[in-house]
Amino acid sequence: MTDTHVARLAAAAKRYGTLTALDGVDLAVRRGELLAVLGPNGAGKSTSIGLLLGLIRPDAGRAELFGLDPQRIEARRRIGVMLQSANLPPTLRVGELLRLTMSYYPNPRGYDETAALAGIADLLLRPYGKLSGGQQRRVQFALALCGRPELLFLDEPTVGMDIDARQKPWAAMRALVAEGCAVVLTTHYLEEAEALAQRVVVLGQGRVLSEGSVDDLRKRVALTRIRCVSDLDADAVAAWPNVASAAREHGHLRIATAQAEAVVRRLLGADPALAELEVQRAGLAEAFAELTRDTAAEQEAA
Amino acid sequence: MHAVTLPAAPSAAMSAMPPRRVLGAYLAEARSECLRYLRAPGFMLPILLFPGLFYLVFGVLMGKSEGADAARYLLASYGVFGVMSPGLFGFGVSLAIERDGGLLTLKRALPMPPGAYLLGKMLMAMAAAAVVVLMLLAMAMGIARVALTPVQAAALLATGVLGVLPFCALGMLVGTLFKGQGAPGMLQLVYLPMSFLSGLWFPLSMLPKLLQQFAPLWPSYHLDRVALVAVGIVREPVLPHVLVLAGFGAAFFALALRRLRRVG
Repeated sequence: MTDTHVARLAAAAKRYGTLTALDGVDLAVRRGELLAVLGPNGAGKSTSIGLLLGLIRPDAGRAELFGLDPQRIEARRRIGVMLQSANLPPTLRVGELLRLTMSYYPNPRGYDETAALAGIADLLLRPYGKLSGGQQRRVQFALALCGRPELLFLDEPTVGMDIDARQKPWAAMRALVAEGCAVVLTTHYLEEAEALAQRVVVLGQGRVLSEGSVDDLRKRVALTRIRCVSDLDADAVAAWPNVASAAREHGHLRIATAQAEAVVRRLLGADPALAELEVQRAGLAEAFAELTRDTAAEQEAA
Repeated sequence: MHAVTLPAAPSAAMSAMPPRRVLGAYLAEARSECLRYLRAPGFMLPILLFPGLFYLVFGVLMGKSEGADAARYLLASYGVFGVMSPGLFGFGVSLAIERDGGLLTLKRALPMPPGAYLLGKMLMAMAAAAVVVLMLLAMAMGIARVALTPVQAAALLATGVLGVLPFCALGMLVGTLFKGQGAPGMLQLVYLPMSFLSGLWFPLSMLPKLLQQFAPLWPSYHLDRVALVAVGIVREPVLPHVLVLAGFGAAFFALALRRLRRVG
């Protein structure tokens, strides 16, 4: 392991009974970067986080935090954590929860500074149980960053927040990254990854489907889907310029392209009898499906 | 589990934690644990109310005809009955709920010093046990006119405060076996029959012979014997009972810890 990596999974595998949650995942978090981990439900995002935090043990492969076993407290003193669900004691006040969590760390951020950064300065005297769901998420976020961590794990921190409510945690994440803190962010929202991440890893069915910059992913996602009834040969269409893929499915011709206008123009010219034309921009879910299908096809071909 | 042998991280010095701060973390955890339950009357009231009410009715009011010895006997028995509940419920219910709600998972991920979580709950249970015993002592000495020497009162208090520990371990074990709201019912199934079969509600001599013979199987029986010695009803060596209680506590704790490590 080089000094530029703060956390790493190496060929990590995890099974729950017959279900393979992770199937040989390699994942490295570099110092000071914001790494977004994307993927549909059941892709292995939370399992990956759980391995890096030492909450679960890999069946094969390794998990490391700062080059150490993640269960070592020396390693965990350098991280901050926000999990998807954590019912904190409802009768404790926000300020008491914050001071308690600060006590775990050798050199925590100041009390007021943390509250301001997470946007909870007005909540400090309120009992946790009396807060709204969004306010509770902000408190959990404050607890994650109060220890002045070098690496912050945020497991779907903005789930259920609207676009406006996300701006505050986004700004805080940017501020932390500017301080040199690395962040591992799992999310369902592509726009969240686009707004924040330097690097994006897409997981699907327990494997790494794609890894690269946000631009790389955007290129894969920026495809438009065309669906129509036509007698044109799918293989021939697949060879057209700007066509990423073409296939016949259930009597429909399905085409993926980054240049929908040009391809539609050529389609209409090539087949005057073409019918039921649909043009749809690919969502993230489709991009995931596409990535998953690609790997499945590669495996079959191999 | 995979053995990971790695050199210490280069910047380990940055994450070194001075002993003062480690101690501070233990104290902060214990303080939070006590605060949260003091603010939850729905949790504390039944723990205090039931032994208090039972003792008032059966020990103080109805016991008047039986003489001071009945009030003295029941002070020990209801004291043990009252001490069991903060151990069983304080530990078991909160652990079951916190395993279910993800708090325990978060605490395991955070750099909380090892054992601080359990230690905090233990101190809370010991404090609650002390309150129960002091309340019963006040009723016994103040209302029922039970004559206790300061040594006897202190011995009963110590019996309660330390005697809660094996029941903490038993509560912890049940808390690791049942998640969330299933635990309280299960704990009642342990608490009430065990109290009855150990002679905490009625003297053992009033139970059928067979049940009397089985009584030494229950940890509460042994704590009751210690408490009876403390208030001067019984004269017998307490060491065997203390050793049995320590054995029960260690066994429950080991089983619970094993399950907690495996299942979480």
